[in-house]
Amino acid sequence: MSASRPHLNSNRRAVMAFTLMAGLLILVGFAQSWSVAMVIFNLGLISAVMALGINIQWGYAGLFNVGTMGFAALGGVAAVLVSKPPVPEAWAAGGADLGIALLIAGGTLAAVIIAYRRIPKGPMRTIALVVIFVAGYTVFRPFFDPAVAAIEAVNPASTGYLGGLGLPIILSWVVGGLFAAGAAWVVGKIALGLRADYLAIATLGIAEIIIAIIKNEDWLTRGVKNVAGLPRPVPYEVDLQQNLTFIRVVEWLHSDTLAALATDARMARLDSFIVESSSIFVKLCYAGLFSVVLLIILTLSVRALNSPWGRMMRAIRDNEVAASAMGKNVTKRHLQVFVLGSAVVGIAGAMLTTLDGQLTPGTYNPLRFTFLIWVMVIVGGSGNNVGAVLGGFLIWFLWVEAEPVGVWLITNGTAWMDAASPIRAHLMESAPHMRIFTMGVILLLVIRFHPHGILPEVVKREDDK
Amino acid sequence: MDTDTINAIVLFSNFILVPGMTYGAQLALGALGITLVFGVLRFANFAHGDMMAFGTMIVVMITWWFQSLGITIAPLPTALLALPLAIVISMSVTLLNDRMIFRYYRKKRSSPSTFVIASTGVMFVFNGIVRFIIGPDDQRFTDGERFIIKAREFKKMTGLDEGLSIKVSQGLTIVIAIILVAALFWFLQRTRTGKAMRAFSDNEDLALLSGIDPERVVAITWIITAALATIAGTLYGLDKSFKPFTYFQLLLPMFASAIVGGIGNPVGAIVGGFVIAFSEVIITYAYKKFLIYAVPPGWAPDGLMQLLSTDYKFAVSFMILVLVLLIRPTGIFKGKVI
Repeated sequence: MSASRPHLNSNRRAVMAFTLMAGLLILVGFAQSWSVAMVIFNLGLISAVMALGINIQWGYAGLFNVGTMGFAALGGVAAVLVSKPPVPEAWAAGGADLGIALLIAGGTLAAVIIAYRRIPKGPMRTIALVVIFVAGYTVFRPFFDPAVAAIEAVNPASTGYLGGLGLPIILSWVVGGLFAAGAAWVVGKIALGLRADYLAIATLGIAEIIIAIIKNEDWLTRGVKNVAGLPRPVPYEVDLQQNLTFIRVVEWLHSDTLAALATDARMARLDSFIVESSSIFVKLCYAGLFSVVLLIILTLSVRALNSPWGRMMRAIRDNEVAASAMGKNVTKRHLQVFVLGSAVVGIAGAMLTTLDGQLTPGTYNPLRFTFLIWVMVIVGGSGNNVGAVLGGFLIWFLWVEAEPVGVWLITNGTAWMDAASPIRAHLMESAPHMRIFTMGVILLLVIRFHPHGILPEVVKREDDK
Repeated sequence: MDTDTINAIVLFSNFILVPGMTYGAQLALGALGITLVFGVLRFANFAHGDMMAFGTMIVVMITWWFQSLGITIAPLPTALLALPLAIVISMSVTLLNDRMIFRYYRKKRSSPSTFVIASTGVMFVFNGIVRFIIGPDDQRFTDGERFIIKAREFKKMTGLDEGLSIKVSQGLTIVIAIILVAALFWFLQRTRTGKAMRAFSDNEDLALLSGIDPERVVAITWIITAALATIAGTLYGLDKSFKPFTYFQLLLPMFASAIVGGIGNPVGAIVGGFVIAFSEVIITYAYKKFLIYAVPPGWAPDGLMQLLSTDYKFAVSFMILVLVLLIRPTGIFKGKVI
């Protein structure tokens, strides 16, 4: 693998890379604002968790999952279902019928699976499956349709859905992981036997199906009407600005600046300090929570990769036939790693929706939620957990900063043109799209000239010790 | 046949047959490109949708240029006139792309996953270029006559309650698709180069032993793919509208068509295109009106009689894909033979 880069060097490399990354964020803090730097940092944390999830699947086991978007969205659904208060009127209006409908759906599915297993292959089985499915669907619709109509009619402007459990939103991070794991189990059962690029296409499609369901099943999460105002796990800025202790701390932090001003100016200045600090404080709280999650998952991932289990996974990745000849159950291990990785993505998805404070199904786009995560893993170094984390931060940083840099480049690059030139106006308008192009170029350059990424996979050999 | 039956047939043709045929032909042309690349280069090209968007963008821009010069071919859309030049441009870009990106991995004999990852890189690049040049919004470039038959004229002509309308873009799509498919099959079956391509797809080593130049086969595959993609994209754009993101989304049904038919198999791609298109239309159509005509009076149902809401259109193709992968992973026709 990386014979030219001995193992001892890799730690220094990682420290250097992360120091540079921190330097870039600090630069943003000074050049733009600390608030912008914190926003990038927070989303970088979430991206790093998602990249870890994909790295578990791709880096450990060579599974090509491009369904990240779907699993992240399931995490988002969990955030809504856990944190929003239930809507009793909606439950009263359609809860019972909906429950029956879902029981019928589950029963039909179970019957289909049993029939598939029990009846030997042939036309009889096909006929039986079709009959069960059609019968199930016919019974399902008369319960489902009125239930959905009744639920969606309950105060459609603000609710029109069943609501959630009204529990602390932080629980949804676990639930989001479980949702994604459950979905991944089903997907894995169906698709994991496929060749690498078939699996990619299948997962891409399944992610689209998940998004389509979230967009259209209004009774569940209001669909494209969005769910806004999710409760937060951290304080609100408005409350902080009223909090005496917080005001005192801010006053104390800026006492030098404030002391030099006259009373009126001082009060105005203090107010602006409080507003700014409250926003940064909230972001720091999120950063703390996300960092804890990232560190837990990273530690577990690193330990798993270095354990006998991790060695087995890599053995399967590098030679399935040999591993299976050694008595390893390749199918089971693939399913296991697929479920684990997707669960991590689901956790990240729930964290993202928590940070946004709203679920907006219309914004889930495969370029941003699937392929960008892949760029992170590959640029960071597939197979290396620390590399995936670095990739998460770096690529998210570039994704965000490509826009202002693009605008800056074009403003200066076209300065010689007439200010009213339509070409210049068009270029200015197009500048934000530069980032998609940039990501493609980065990905292509990395796989061509540095295919193991910034922090390549560390292969421990006996003679390294 | 009584009037009700004829009305039912017309209704069916207007809302299912004609749109299904058109969309199916568009998907088939796109899926052919995917299947050819899979057969010869042996990877799933994720950049296909965005290559289609790129080719169509060139057509749109040349069309605008012609329109500004006053060159039109009414009643046909000017875009047809722009097509040949646009095809040449997108062929060159595709060949350049192969030379800069994919050839390296071919020489290295990289795994299919590496090719797929490279193709996602290409996808990003094309997507970025298209958004940069023409922007992410809807673009109109249709002109000329819009309808072959208008619903109202049809009603007047036949005295029926239901109208049948056929757009020029729909007629064109079907005619052009038939010509292209015939030409492609003639090429694959009858010409030396076509036979070389099939041989290469069938058994690479054997083909190499017989003195077939692999680079030439690959180049021709890309040329055909670029032409098909540009034409398919233009036809889709004329029929609906040109929006870069829609083309990215078309990737999914096109993949589904190629796989459902049997990937690597051109006949499969065509059949798959129609299977996917008709399933999307049939499953999301509301049959209420159709049944009112088709069943005896009094039997007509109350509901919309729609199996799935129209919002699930794109998801339908994937449900079929998943089913096919489960039941018959090689597709309807055994895949992986050109």
